[in-house]
Amino acid sequence: MKKRIYLDYAATTPIDPRVFGAILPWLKENFGNPSSIHGLGQKALVAIDEARKKLANFLGCQAEEIIFTSSATEANNLAIRGVLKALTLKLKTSKLHLITSQIEHHAVLEPCKKLQKEGVEVTYLPVNKQGLIRISELKRAIKPNTVLVSIMYANNEIGTIQPILEIAKLLKSKSSKLKTKIYFHTDAVQAINYLDCKVNHLGVDLLTLSAHKIYGPKGIGALYLKKGTPILPQILGGGQEQGIRSGTENVAGIVGLGEAINQIKNQKSKIKNLLNLRNKLIDGILRSIPQAKLNGSREDRLPNNANFTIPGAEGEAMVIALDQEGICASTGSACSSRKLEPSHVLLALGLSEEEAHCSLRLTLGRYTQSKEIDQVLKVLPKIVERLRKISGYTKS
Amino acid sequence: MAIYSKIVIERFLHPRNLGKIKNPDGVGSTENIRCGDIMKIYIKVKKNKIKEIKFETLGCSAAIASSDLICDLAKGKSLAEAKKIGYQDIAKKLGKLPLVKMHCTHLAERALKIAIEDYLKKKR
Repeated sequence: MKKRIYLDYAATTPIDPRVFGAILPWLKENFGNPSSIHGLGQKALVAIDEARKKLANFLGCQAEEIIFTSSATEANNLAIRGVLKALTLKLKTSKLHLITSQIEHHAVLEPCKKLQKEGVEVTYLPVNKQGLIRISELKRAIKPNTVLVSIMYANNEIGTIQPILEIAKLLKSKSSKLKTKIYFHTDAVQAINYLDCKVNHLGVDLLTLSAHKIYGPKGIGALYLKKGTPILPQILGGGQEQGIRSGTENVAGIVGLGEAINQIKNQKSKIKNLLNLRNKLIDGILRSIPQAKLNGSREDRLPNNANFTIPGAEGEAMVIALDQEGICASTGSACSSRKLEPSHVLLALGLSEEEAHCSLRLTLGRYTQSKEIDQVLKVLPKIVERLRKISGYTKS
Repeated sequence: MAIYSKIVIERFLHPRNLGKIKNPDGVGSTENIRCGDIMKIYIKVKKNKIKEIKFETLGCSAAIASSDLICDLAKGKSLAEAKKIGYQDIAKKLGKLPLVKMHCTHLAERALKIAIEDYLKKKR
């Protein structure tokens, strides 16, 4: 068995050994329910509060502004549906308007589509070829009934980083002009590892994050909810998480998320190192594979993301061939999706369906080594050559 | 664990019937409008039998394996027999195929049928 080379960190990350160690006691002897008032229960409650403080510290917010959820998907649903439903009740109108982008994760797009069916107006902002929204377009899209803007911090497929500060600034000035607050939510799942996430600096009212993208366990996420933000709970029950998200807390998951956040130290040298590896990968592929091109902005991009279109080589076939070589990758090709639809992100960049069909995503992480990149650069050109032979590809 | 059988992977990595045929007697080109896979099958016919058959596919591993396999199934068969090759025959030979990939076998079946039609049309 070949040694595995994992280059799919945007899909999920391996659990950090320190996180794993921190979780274990909460799956074994410390099994109490935080709602119980006996010692065992209270011990779990304290552990949750400590994790909450770690998140608050990382985001620069109050501990009570953190709501734990089962996933980032749930946090996104809570943010979008929760705010819209609360404002619908408060303002006694369903004719509210929300703005998002065409390249959001499905966990944002699907709740938006559902709200649209329920009568909410939704604008899906396009992006330019670089994968970035235009502030001027956002400005034009804002209407007197706009109440929420949800724009992701960094994209999961192409890694492009949206101008969050500028968006927040615009919304603030528009809010004061229109005399109605426009709330700002950002899905920061991919950004947490690498970018500044101090919520006051960013100027966001809601922010989504997930543990399993930051070397923590699966099944736990969180929503930062600025004090005073109207929200209607989407899961009702025992009133946990200040009544905003009922359900017995995933104590081990929450402890794991807290420890994972604690381990993120955005040391410039580490990010620089990752960036060097990523650039070596991009340059190597563009050099050794004719007609290959990078999708999305190279500058406004997460340091761990590379996404290519390689004409004549279908994405699923590339991923399966790489897998045979022990390399884990991903693609936006329709052939790899459950719904047989090409990546909506790549299409939004203006790529044709054929170009999306021939896409390959490689995402690096904490444990990526230089020799692993060398191995990819050795193997991938041969795979592409073979697949191009199979497809009868000739440069046109 | 893998999503594909060893047979699919083997055919995908080492297709036996890959390529173009110079001056083919029939060509079947078809595209799956949903996933975008493109498949081409080339045939040479002698005495009403498929003498030579090759393929080119821009598609996923299952599409490549399906096109390679249908070439083996059709080789040496009479046109009437070859026309009867169905997607189930391909799927059966490939072993475990995820449900979402069944359309790849349909694509191969269609490409061969179009190639045979093309030959018959030219002959007329």
